[in-house]
Amino acid sequence: MSDHEYTPKSKVGKWFNDRLPLLTLANHLTDYPTPKNLNYWWTFGGILTFCLITQIITGIVLGMHYVAHADLAFQSVEHIMRDVNYGWLIRYVHANGASMFFLAVYIHIFRSLYYGSYKSPREVIWIIGMLIYFLMMATAFMGYVLPWGQMSFWGATVITNLFSAIPLVGESITNWLWGGYSVDNPTLTRFFSLHYLFPFLILGLVVLHIWALHVPGNNNPIGIDIKKPSKDTVPFHPYIVIKDAFALLIFLLIFAFFVFFSPNILGHADNYIEANPLVTPAHIVPEWYLLPFYAILRSVPDKLLGVIAMFAAIFVLVILPWLDTSKVRSTVFRPIYKQFYWFLVADVLILGYVGAMPAEGLYLLIARVATAYYFAHFLIILPFLGMKEKTIPLPLSITEPVLGGSADMAMAKNNSDFKEKL
Amino acid sequence: MSDSEKKKPNRRDFIVTATTAAGAVGVGAVVWPLVDQMNPDASVKALASTEVDISAVEPGQSITVLWRGKPVFIKRRTQDEIDSARAVDLSELKHPEKDEDRAKNPEWLVMLGVCTHLGCVPLNDKGDYGAWFCPCHGSHYDTSGRIRKGPAPTNMEVPKYEFVNSNTIKIG
Repeated sequence: MSDHEYTPKSKVGKWFNDRLPLLTLANHLTDYPTPKNLNYWWTFGGILTFCLITQIITGIVLGMHYVAHADLAFQSVEHIMRDVNYGWLIRYVHANGASMFFLAVYIHIFRSLYYGSYKSPREVIWIIGMLIYFLMMATAFMGYVLPWGQMSFWGATVITNLFSAIPLVGESITNWLWGGYSVDNPTLTRFFSLHYLFPFLILGLVVLHIWALHVPGNNNPIGIDIKKPSKDTVPFHPYIVIKDAFALLIFLLIFAFFVFFSPNILGHADNYIEANPLVTPAHIVPEWYLLPFYAILRSVPDKLLGVIAMFAAIFVLVILPWLDTSKVRSTVFRPIYKQFYWFLVADVLILGYVGAMPAEGLYLLIARVATAYYFAHFLIILPFLGMKEKTIPLPLSITEPVLGGSADMAMAKNNSDFKEKL
Repeated sequence: MSDSEKKKPNRRDFIVTATTAAGAVGVGAVVWPLVDQMNPDASVKALASTEVDISAVEPGQSITVLWRGKPVFIKRRTQDEIDSARAVDLSELKHPEKDEDRAKNPEWLVMLGVCTHLGCVPLNDKGDYGAWFCPCHGSHYDTSGRIRKGPAPTNMEVPKYEFVNSNTIKIG
């Protein structure tokens, strides 16, 4: 893993390191050469690791008090809120932690989209990241079912019914998922089991994600390949550690605001009503972080095609490294893509908004246009733009434009900035 | 770093110390709820006392009730049993306690039915002292529930209790 030799100073350290090179690993992580121009959008990897650990710790604690049974689950959650020492705090951290986790992961993903971090040689990092994202959605969905409130129950019913769209075997698959003929106790117990398992799968994938990252090293805001270590890099510790820690503190302020001042604002009041298989709530929506996909699902008027569109919306991200044909990574040097990038951001936000609104009238029309644009961005705009776009010349190193840059380079950059403004 | 015997602490030392102190308080504030959640919760504490009707217990009889998840022996002792418990010389005892202190009302002995060795429930009317005997590792208790023979280190514990009226005991 480490591309430089390391020998511990102490005798014991050397003895141990010869048998299990943990100290070499620690040294690699400490000295790991990092581009010196990383901005705050690069701090979300650390923040996400923190989120995952927080969810696992609070989740293990909640598992000590929660009862996975259709007759007892709702009461056991109320028991956690009212009786267990600090149970309210731990549950609110876990519930809002899921939202914070997704907030951070969306920023992390859009960071990659902006700076082209998914491009060669980082495709495997990106694909592992997408697997993590997919598992996160599955985990969050199953976790939301566990309190066995009305939204839990009907959310589970709607999402599992997606699989009934599959021709011929759809019904057998849903019955298999439910362990019965509807969402009931067997569904709840298996969701609990898997909700406990998946975070550890995610943790394993995170290790692979970071391992795959450490092979080529970090991308950076100007997206060029750099020599490591060199004038263009700084050691991970202390430079990046301190920067990540500071960003984490700011993130924690926002996290704490939700936990302590508006812990239920991201949830639905209906989930404080115990699950009732005879009555569906008037307006049923998933958690905010799933809304864009929910909008895509509803915008297609055919059951099977809607489900396919929703899963395709995620799959199209997986193959993104091969859809974007541009060799230039950073959007900084792609003036036309930069505009499409912000169109995509707006498009996803619009999808999220209409996903929360009733699927009728103008909302439905907007959802359809936004869905079409979403796929057009990845399947039409990106492949063609990469071939046609005239990009701004790249600097040879991170320091060059500042220290040793030729006048031509500075001119070229200024010129294109100027053109872009026009 | 902030060891200031040689040089005066500078502003950076102050910042490091202040940050570390604030960080330690923060970590403590996070860790404590995670530890405290395993302590008995409000619903458990709410069940911390039990009232028992003892009007049907005849002399020589013993009943066992559940309190905080553990058995409590309530024994209505005969005059012989009281006499034998009170006749014992304290110097013979491994854990010297007067019977008068263990049973305020001599007719009623109330104690946790938990062997002080490793927590088994002793059997009634058994053992060398005609009182309690623990089948797990062979501890013998006398008619006052005091350890006389075997590995248990102390007498069976007398919980806090009171007579609400002549027919009712409130334990806890």
